[in-house]
Amino acid sequence: MYRYDEFDERFVRERVAQFADQVARRLDGSLSEDEFKPLRLKNGVYLQLHAYMLRIAVPYGTLNARQLRQLALIGERYDRGYGHFTTRTNLQFNWPKLRDIPAILGLLADVEMHCIQTSGNCIRNVTADHFAGVARDEIEDPRPTAELIRQWSSGHPEFSYLPRKFKIAVTGAQEDRAVTRAHDIGLRLRRHPDTQETCYEVSVGGGLGRTPMIGKVVRDYLPKKDLLAYLEAILRVYNLEGRRDNKYKARVKILVHEIGAEEFARRVEAEFARLDGPSINADPEEVARIAAYFAPPAYETLPAVSNTLEAARAANPAFARWVEVNTTAHKVPGYTAVTISLKPAGQAPGDATSAQMRTVADLAERYSLDELRVTHAQNLVLPHVRLRDLPAIWRTLGEAGLAEANIGLVTDIISCPGLDYCALATARSIPIAQAIQQRFADAQRQREIGPLGIKISGCINACGHHHVGHIGILGLEKRGIESYQITLGGDAGENAAIGEILGPGLAAEEVPAAIERIVAVYLAERLEAESFIDAVRRLGLAPFKAAFQEVPRAAA
Amino acid sequence: MAAAAKRVPLPAILLANDLLDGDVVFAAAAGPGGLAWTRDPARALVASDDAAAERLEAFAAAELRGNTVVDAYLVDIALEGGRPVPRHFRERFKTLGPSNRPDLGKQAGEGIAPAPKG
Amino acid sequence: MPLLDRNGAREDGWTRSEGAAVGNIPAVIVPWDSLADALAQQGDGRNIGVLIPNSLAISALAPFLPRLALVAIGFPAYSDGRGFSLARQLRRAGFAGELRASGPLIPDQFAYALACGFDTIELPQANAERQPLEQWLRARDSYSLTYQRGYGTPDRNILDRRRAARAAAAPGPR
Ligand code: SF4
Repeated sequence: MYRYDEFDERFVRERVAQFADQVARRLDGSLSEDEFKPLRLKNGVYLQLHAYMLRIAVPYGTLNARQLRQLALIGERYDRGYGHFTTRTNLQFNWPKLRDIPAILGLLADVEMHCIQTSGNCIRNVTADHFAGVARDEIEDPRPTAELIRQWSSGHPEFSYLPRKFKIAVTGAQEDRAVTRAHDIGLRLRRHPDTQETCYEVSVGGGLGRTPMIGKVVRDYLPKKDLLAYLEAILRVYNLEGRRDNKYKARVKILVHEIGAEEFARRVEAEFARLDGPSINADPEEVARIAAYFAPPAYETLPAVSNTLEAARAANPAFARWVEVNTTAHKVPGYTAVTISLKPAGQAPGDATSAQMRTVADLAERYSLDELRVTHAQNLVLPHVRLRDLPAIWRTLGEAGLAEANIGLVTDIISCPGLDYCALATARSIPIAQAIQQRFADAQRQREIGPLGIKISGCINACGHHHVGHIGILGLEKRGIESYQITLGGDAGENAAIGEILGPGLAAEEVPAAIERIVAVYLAERLEAESFIDAVRRLGLAPFKAAFQEVPRAAA
Repeated sequence: MAAAAKRVPLPAILLANDLLDGDVVFAAAAGPGGLAWTRDPARALVASDDAAAERLEAFAAAELRGNTVVDAYLVDIALEGGRPVPRHFRERFKTLGPSNRPDLGKQAGEGIAPAPKG
Repeated sequence: MPLLDRNGAREDGWTRSEGAAVGNIPAVIVPWDSLADALAQQGDGRNIGVLIPNSLAISALAPFLPRLALVAIGFPAYSDGRGFSLARQLRRAGFAGELRASGPLIPDQFAYALACGFDTIELPQANAERQPLEQWLRARDSYSLTYQRGYGTPDRNILDRRRAARAAAAPGPR
């Protein structure tokens, strides 16, 4: 994991002091609310429905035990004893007081964390594959790139007042777990077919929200050494030419769409050609310095099969089921990556109490080489677990209420906070998620249904990624009540696709039954071993639409 | 504030967020002819006519200028058992708290019942 | 309107003209629309500057740059950051005259404006009154170090400092 040097440390400390000064200037009236709001947002402070909200960056989703314990402490001391992991792998506290935020930032800085650029019209916290460094399908670890971008984008003098927010994601694997094509810039590490050198495939203009779009490739093979200059060129074109007349048309995806990906790429290349790369890019020693922090940890040499594990699996079907569903193949023999579900029945998706955070921190320290990850699906990962330790981990998780075996299944629902917290929401999302979880609580049934991603957003901003849910649910307001629009066929993976609307909106109580009907069509029609999304692709929308029309309506 | 044309239907209450704490606060009667903020929605002053609404608006403008609250606006309500209840579900949540956590927020008495010492 | 440079308040030696009339004024800033006319009447030893909208393409301004002693870029709102990129492009094009940011910027942007190549900031009166000079100077010094290379002095750049530290620590003959 990356560790701050004296410069990183000083930068973050100075950011804390700067924010404290901004708060003081707000209180004495030097800064108007209109001036202060963008400044507080750039430090992750929102004013939500009931209180302020603080969004803490978890850069590319990586944490150590000490950091997670500090989050637990902040949750207890300054919040209500719980936090919410978001689809951008950040952590949100829902109840901090503005007066306490400088102190919270100080506690974060103590563990090399911050809230820098977790909101606002600037380059946001960069995300990466949550199985980085672990996955078998990885060409190169994306985290050194992500860390380089984190530093480069922090307090950027030119790109801190962009037309709109700007999100960058990096992956180094075959399977795109970072959903790079749904980002303003997506970087995919790949090998050049001739030189075998690792390069970036650069896509621009992806994004969800009001106008969902899949990013377009503007460079097939960008040499790694040119990264920062190329990013500077993209950002400069966007900063100068992105629309500022309409907030809903201000993302780079609209510019790319309006002038065309080719023309956009041409402008970027023209700007890039004028830049003096060596004076902008990080030198190779700096890149190597960062990369060294992500060198593989000290793995033991282990047999590929653990007898302890196999015996425990044979003896305990519930444990066996959890191992089957919640672990992922590791590139090192004898190791596995464990995904801890933050979707147990009855809990808001992505929420974790301070006590649960401490439990997970202990497990990471003891069993996962002091490392853990946050996934965009709002779960946690212990990335380096010895197979033989799985039974002990499972028992501890069970005691903390975190042993749900549902990763990737119908109850592993992605949900934004919705109207229970969010000031922008048009409807609630958490209770919808909970009602569906309840409806499909039966483990046997979940297993029978297999992989199915439900994603819920409480408004068109799509923080819950509903567009790319196999089943997407969007909460809206219709004639003074909450109404839910269901989409089908979205996909966040390699075959990224935007879901299509099934029919008229539903009342909250009608949603679980509607999901039930959709699932019933799949179960009746599927071929041998065909997943939900594959079946939807093969069958098309028609049979699902027909079933959807039969959902009993509460009101005409 | 001459924007009476854009005003919500009456009766209405005035709510805002406290600048320093972020808590949802309501304008309530305080002393003779005065107004002050309360965290208790049941104590919100209900404006039933234009004069009363104008008074709330003037209070809001002064408090925004004085940097004590943010996001102050009038909310139309119905009286239920003598208590003002916002007509829109969004503002109703602001008087209650998160619906999935009945143990938190105003519905749990936070900021309303005297806080425990400590 | 109050004017700042990196050291604090500064006397404004420039006069604003609403049109192309430059008369005998020693240093005058004309609007972009009037620039060609103003340059046509420029007298000996007289300086001309221009106020441009932040939507202007650098290519449109470039032919005039050798004759300009000042370029002021309008900031319609502090949240509109186009001027920062335009300033960078102007400096890259070799413009060495005074580069001025004109509009309701806030102190928190002071260091960014300087890093992007601005020399001066011209504020509306009301802003300058609400946000006095000492706030600007404090905000200017909020950060002793920055991450981006190519935006100002290398001794304040973290990557360059790391590189220097590496070079100093490198073994071998000096
Ligand atoms: S999708 Fe809408 S409701 Fe949900 S968190 Fe984002 S802005 Fe809030």
